[in-house]
Amino acid sequence: MSFHLPILPILIPLLGGLLMLLPPFIGVERYQYRRVATLVLTLMQVACGIWLMATVSQNGALVYAVGNWQPPFGIILYADLLSSMLITLTSFLGLGITLYSFAGTDREGKYYHPLIQFQLLGISGAFLTNDLFNLFVFFEVLLIASYALMVHGGGKQKTQANVHYVILNLIGSSLFLIALGTLYATTGTLNMADMSLRIAELEPSQAVIAQVGGSLLLIVFGLKAAMLPLHFWLPQTYEAAIAPVAALFAIMTKVGVYCIFRVFTVIFGDTAGDLAGMAEPWVWVFAILTVAAGSVGALASPNLRMLNSNLIIVSVGTLLIAFALRTPEATAAGLYYLVHSTLISASLFLIADMIGEQRGKALDRFVKARKVKQQAAFGILFFVAALGIAGLPPFSGFLGKLMILQSATGAAEKFWVWGFILISSLITIVALSRAGTTLFWRYPENSDPSDSKDASKWQVSAAALLLLASPAMVLLGGYVIQYTTAAAEQLHNVPYLIETLNLREGAQ
Amino acid sequence: METLYVICVGVVTFCGVFLCLRGRTFSVVVGLTMLSYAVNLFLFSSGRLSLRGSAILGTTENYADPLPQALVLTAIVIGFAMIAFVVILSMRARADLGNDLVDGRDHPDTEKKVQAARGKQ
Repeated sequence: MSFHLPILPILIPLLGGLLMLLPPFIGVERYQYRRVATLVLTLMQVACGIWLMATVSQNGALVYAVGNWQPPFGIILYADLLSSMLITLTSFLGLGITLYSFAGTDREGKYYHPLIQFQLLGISGAFLTNDLFNLFVFFEVLLIASYALMVHGGGKQKTQANVHYVILNLIGSSLFLIALGTLYATTGTLNMADMSLRIAELEPSQAVIAQVGGSLLLIVFGLKAAMLPLHFWLPQTYEAAIAPVAALFAIMTKVGVYCIFRVFTVIFGDTAGDLAGMAEPWVWVFAILTVAAGSVGALASPNLRMLNSNLIIVSVGTLLIAFALRTPEATAAGLYYLVHSTLISASLFLIADMIGEQRGKALDRFVKARKVKQQAAFGILFFVAALGIAGLPPFSGFLGKLMILQSATGAAEKFWVWGFILISSLITIVALSRAGTTLFWRYPENSDPSDSKDASKWQVSAAALLLLASPAMVLLGGYVIQYTTAAAEQLHNVPYLIETLNLREGAQ
Repeated sequence: METLYVICVGVVTFCGVFLCLRGRTFSVVVGLTMLSYAVNLFLFSSGRLSLRGSAILGTTENYADPLPQALVLTAIVIGFAMIAFVVILSMRARADLGNDLVDGRDHPDTEKKVQAARGKQ
């Protein structure tokens, strides 16, 4: 059983999602059956993710050759510390949003739960695969699920945002394929580890073409990750989607960031000869500009969901700064920050939705509107989320940002990293305190909130569950940092990957 | 053969990109379709172009690379599904938004110009 462990995070949502399209789960009135099934599936995924993490940290990275086609020829699933951590993160996030949608959003369409499962399938697959073309396939799986989830619930704004989102991502997919074709034509392989061996041996005339392929890949991943100047699609899309879907999308930008980390560390990393570190100078500039653009957007946001979308852009920029610093320490800090920012921004989307439901037509816009009914409960949730996302102690955002700041070495690096991250944190605090004051304290004197509905227990518990990860990541900080440090070292240790895949003899 | 092939892929890509930049969903969908054709042709050529090459060992002297053929097959299937989705989505957008513009509405300036031109007639 444990031999097949790396493919389980793909198989469980695949088979489970398909099963939910069949009787007895199909049918509008059978939503209770689907809820039970989806809860069982997500719990299985969480368990599977934790099992994977435990196995990998004990026995080292796992290699799974699909169909027993050995590397470098077959499709390889490669579960190392980093992928298994992200699998656990994905399934935990999946659990949170599934619980949240039990309050009623899942009844707006028959296929909500199966689509969520397919989305989780695509994300887990993208984290696990070690084959570039397979990565493309999993990208498409997660994208087609997200296209359908995006319009879940219907409405003008969703359709319009989805048109942009779909067209942009289709062009992105075309670019991805062109990049793959270019890289395959020069290196003759699609396996990432094998490609990292071949890329160092390329002649200069071929290396230029491989560089073009690599740059195209950077554009594609930058588009998914919302790196400046490819971030304009994000705020509108995330604002239009319903809350649980937007919360799930919070990890989709991280898929792009993960791919940048993986591809440009393994293939175009230190071992790549002439092409070593080809992406870093570009990413460095764009990462800093992304932080700046996200901060400006945060100040200009008219509502809480838009504000949160812009904060996601800031977090992407921060993560890319961690990538551009290139050291394993910076990567470890980035991975810690990645887990933190995914969970906190997801829960902030859920909180924004709950607040919006109690403010009448104003929703979560920053205007004077009726009083929020459950001020105390939402106030605490919002306060914790805001502290976490802005990076104030005692929550995990503080630790994550502190570690990224510490990992900058050299005067110039320190100047840019410290300057931009600290100023953007200040701007985040300003934007969030403005948001909090308006949402909770500005209401007409005679406003009577008693006729709004209380938020469902599912909603509050889901938001709290995701939010609890923040203090937990501080309390268990030692273990988490130990783990991310090991994961970062394993990611940077390309010879270890090649040895695990047993490729060294084949290359000679 | 290579030159002809390169020109064909280039022209199709150019048409695809041009059409994608148009303002109405129909031309954008056609553009995306052309772009995916161009991508498929490009992928196909990544295994080098060769005539009378077989992909099965022991049958001919020259071999063709079988992997790009498999990749193209996958890319065609995925591309086709995505185009089908975007066609349905654009029809839905036409119904929801009341026009077939990608942005859901004309740029304010063009709207004014169109109105002014109509007023003159």
